Amino acid sequence: MDLSIMQQAIPQFVKAFELTLWLSFVGILGALLVGVCCSLLQYFKVPFLGKVASVYVELFRNTPLLIQLFFLYYAFPVIGIKLPAQVCGIIGLAFLGGSYMAEGFTGGFNGVSQSQLDAGKAIGLNKFQLARYVVFPQGFTLSVPALAANVIFLIKETSIFSVIAIPELTNTALDLVGLYYRSNEYLFMLVLAYAIILIPLSIILTILERKVRYGSFGN
Amino acid sequence: MVHLGTNILFAGNNFVRLLEGLWTTVWIAICALIIGLILGTGLGILRTSKNRPVRILLRLYLEFFRIVPSVVLLFLFYYILPRQLNLNLPAEQMAVLAFALWVAAEFSDIVRGALISVPQHQKESGLALGLNGWQLFRYVLLPQALVLELPATINLATRVVKTTSLLMLISVMDVINIGQQIIEANRQTYPNGIFWIYGIIFLFYFIVDYPLSLWARRLAAKQH
Amino acid sequence: MPEQILKIDKLNKYYGQHQVLYDISFEIQKGEVVALLGPSGSGKSTLIRCLNGLEQFQSGFLFFGGKQITPQEKNWPQLRQKIGMVFQSYDLFPNLSVLDNILLGPLKVQKRQRAEATAEALKLLQRVGLEKYAEVYPRQLSGGQKQRVAIVRALALHPELMLFDEVTASLDPEMVRGILEIIRELSERDNMTMIIVTHEMNFAAQIADRILFLEEGRILEQTPGKEFFQHAKTQRAREFLESMTF
Ligand SMILES: Nc1ncnc2c1ncn2[C@@H]1O[C@H](COP(=O)(O)OP(=O)(O)OP(=O)(O)O)[C@@H](O)[C@H]1O
Ligand SMILES: [Mg+2]
Repeated sequence: MDLSIMQQAIPQFVKAFELTLWLSFVGILGALLVGVCCSLLQYFKVPFLGKVASVYVELFRNTPLLIQLFFLYYAFPVIGIKLPAQVCGIIGLAFLGGSYMAEGFTGGFNGVSQSQLDAGKAIGLNKFQLARYVVFPQGFTLSVPALAANVIFLIKETSIFSVIAIPELTNTALDLVGLYYRSNEYLFMLVLAYAIILIPLSIILTILERKVRYGSFGN
Repeated sequence: MVHLGTNILFAGNNFVRLLEGLWTTVWIAICALIIGLILGTGLGILRTSKNRPVRILLRLYLEFFRIVPSVVLLFLFYYILPRQLNLNLPAEQMAVLAFALWVAAEFSDIVRGALISVPQHQKESGLALGLNGWQLFRYVLLPQALVLELPATINLATRVVKTTSLLMLISVMDVINIGQQIIEANRQTYPNGIFWIYGIIFLFYFIVDYPLSLWARRLAAKQH
Repeated sequence: MPEQILKIDKLNKYYGQHQVLYDISFEIQKGEVVALLGPSGSGKSTLIRCLNGLEQFQSGFLFFGGKQITPQEKNWPQLRQKIGMVFQSYDLFPNLSVLDNILLGPLKVQKRQRAEATAEALKLLQRVGLEKYAEVYPRQLSGGQKQRVAIVRALALHPELMLFDEVTASLDPEMVRGILEIIRELSERDNMTMIIVTHEMNFAAQIADRILFLEEGRILEQTPGKEFFQHAKTQRAREFLESMTF
């Protein structure tokens, strides 16, 4: 491996690194928003919309991001919807992620024990109060591990943005490989870049999981 | 002449070609899963071993696959195997190898999780019955672990299927690649064809994955 | 003329195809303490849960304060304020402090003033000896302390009827006494109407005005408390009592 080649590529990698972080951040935020909305629609069994949410979750959870992006970026212009690549990436990530996040929240809500629900009902809480004071606070805590796993998963999924030519990390590295034919150096830098993002993040998330769980349940 | 968009699916032998592409996709997923599960079982057992360096090494192996996105993984194999190891495999086999090693990593963690979660008293009552280590593993631990971790394993399978969508990136003739060829060939006749082709591929993936994730969910629900 | 609080007439309950309660009929007057006894699986929990709508029943009538309540009652949240329930597993809300556990019902369900409700909650906590624990979270309490908070949580709504389902069954033996004292005091001092499911036969003998003996979903006998323990009417109840003592 040639260090000077790696050194020269640092500015490009830094730029790509920032873009990856930014797209992940916005996409994950969108995913959380979509996920919360869908899981609420499902939880309260809102007529029609609850069903729509379930169908959406199943469709997006069970199909690859790549084909979702192809659809957005290549097929939508045919019907007159033309979006910039980065917007497609963010939308794709938000909706793919939304289906995973919805599943995570719903899993948490369902994890609240029957006896807790009984105790809430027994003091006269109605359906909304039960949700607000018992199911959501406890369910959210229970869903944190799933949400954290989704965050890691979604950041890795941004690598697929390379197929619609967004200059994030993977795209940048592959471009450099194609240009200079030095695969070892650039691929090493690529893996390193993901490690720099994901290792600290997963440590932080693990600590957070522990904190949240202790905060609400004390174990 | 104006064509109905959906006709692109059935013009010539397009549909059959798409199905063939889907088969390539599914076949690669199946091969990767079979090899990966076998290898992963071995690694998972080793991860419960008393040998510390072995455990650390395997943990690092797992973490590597946790960090590297699957796109990057494919390209690592694509560039490094031929150039560094002089191993020139056809793209399909390379993909199977890459996915199998990834599955092995993930499955080793599932197996380990299952093995350490079998209650101690089960092990003790097995030993009390006079079973030796291997018999204990074969008749007490393994069956329980399999049942316990089946949902997670099925979910892993659905992830592998979704990940096969990346095969086109290393020029495997998978369902997406064939779809793109059809779109290109029919750009004049069916300007909207892209919509239908990607639509049907989206549906194909859903049809393969949805029953699996439904099954996983049913099993998981039953365990609670 | 004693005031009737609760009346049940020919209540039948199924889980799917499986019938667990058969033609249950009884009534309870204000201030009365009824103990529900019977072997495991006889349907005690199911019955008591039907009384505040945690389980739906398929046929029969339920009257609370003279008003009929249908099996599919929409007003259960309102009614449950008047029917307090305490469970074997305490089921305090782990995400709320002791005080917030107690205040949730008075503030959110009954929309009472915070200051007044808090003052009362603290007084109730004092009564069960936990005034120092108001700001503590449930995880920091022992089982016996949790159960006392659960009782206070139910009392804070000013219920007219209290249901206790084996509230001492998960407790260490030395904790049991304190809880039973609190229940006894509720009856003696506040004249609280109560239905108690328990395996503490001595306690039931002391406190219960009447025993309902349940087996396989049927009420085999209803007998005044003292009499039941001295000479129960049915052979089956006598066997049950015998099995409960060494
Ligand atoms: N959710 C349920 N679904 C199906 N059957 C149930 C359910 N809950 C209870 N049962 C059945 O109803 C019957 C009565 O159960 P219940 O819990 O009321 O008994 P119990 O008298 O409270 O027993 P224990 O003293 O053990 O608490 C039992 O046969 C039980 O198996
Ligand atoms: Mg019971």
